[in-house]
Amino acid sequence: MATTIQEQTLIDPPLAVGGRSFRSRLLVGTGKYRNNAEMVRAIEASGAEVVTVAVRRVDLDRSKEEGLLYHLDPTRYFLLANTAGCYTADEAIRYARLGREAGFNDFIKLEVIGDRDTLLPDTAGLISATKTLAAEGFQVMAYTNDDLITALRLEDAGAAAVMPLASPIGSGLGLLNPYSIRTIKKRLKVPVLVDAGVGTASDACITMEQGVDGILMNTAIAEAEDAVSMALAMRYAVEAGRLAFLAGRMPRREVAVPSSPTTGML
Amino acid sequence: MTRLTLTVNGDPRVIEGPATLADLLRQLELDARMVVVELNREIVRRPRLAETEVQNGDSVELVHFVGGG
Repeated sequence: MATTIQEQTLIDPPLAVGGRSFRSRLLVGTGKYRNNAEMVRAIEASGAEVVTVAVRRVDLDRSKEEGLLYHLDPTRYFLLANTAGCYTADEAIRYARLGREAGFNDFIKLEVIGDRDTLLPDTAGLISATKTLAAEGFQVMAYTNDDLITALRLEDAGAAAVMPLASPIGSGLGLLNPYSIRTIKKRLKVPVLVDAGVGTASDACITMEQGVDGILMNTAIAEAEDAVSMALAMRYAVEAGRLAFLAGRMPRREVAVPSSPTTGML
Repeated sequence: MTRLTLTVNGDPRVIEGPATLADLLRQLELDARMVVVELNREIVRRPRLAETEVQNGDSVELVHFVGGG
């Protein structure tokens, strides 16, 4: 499969976001793994360069080495701090500043959640936090729903990338609205990455076939029975979907067309 | 020596004063390179930890990166 990766590199420019470029179009999270060793091996297998992390209080009663930096080499991976769990723009801005202060980069995966059951975004809060953070020099990668107008507003607000969901966070329901995702991708100038909802490799492949610039996923890998194998499957699926998109699929027809010559029959 | 009552990560904690944020991290056995410090909701950058004294009643948040999506 190494040739596949080389061939892809030849025809596909790297993913460019906020002035940085990445070879892998698969971005992965670090949450929900059974243990740190499995997480590290899965991330390695995924080929991802961008790895998301959350900002939380140090648990002063427990081992001081539970922090992620004790397990993941920040010189090897591009750490993308998130604002997961934030329900207001102010809270998300506070977390973003803390994440930046950890000292790795100005990128933030911005989440402003609007509802505890669906984890769908509070789009008004999201747009307002994007404005503030972009003005502070952040490269905002905004997790949003699959609504075109919100995506356009986020771009106007200064987002470096817009990241609509395939389906709700952690649901594994796959790409529910390919039409919306294609429309968003067609209309935005900034990169569009699908964030959340992918359940298995075929979901990732179909999502990339819509022409998006990349996919961010966590649960699909972390909760697979064998996370390392699923990480590898996702890597191939993202590559396959990207190549298929670039290749351009054949038209859909409602009738059969033979593949073998109809002349020269006995 | 004075006793200072701080709120650290939401819980009350009594330490011996005078003390700086760097002293507090040392007492808690935390590596300053691995945590970000907020004092009364203002981030205190690493170079300033050793010169920033904590006062009675201060609220300190100590955060780091954990697994997340």
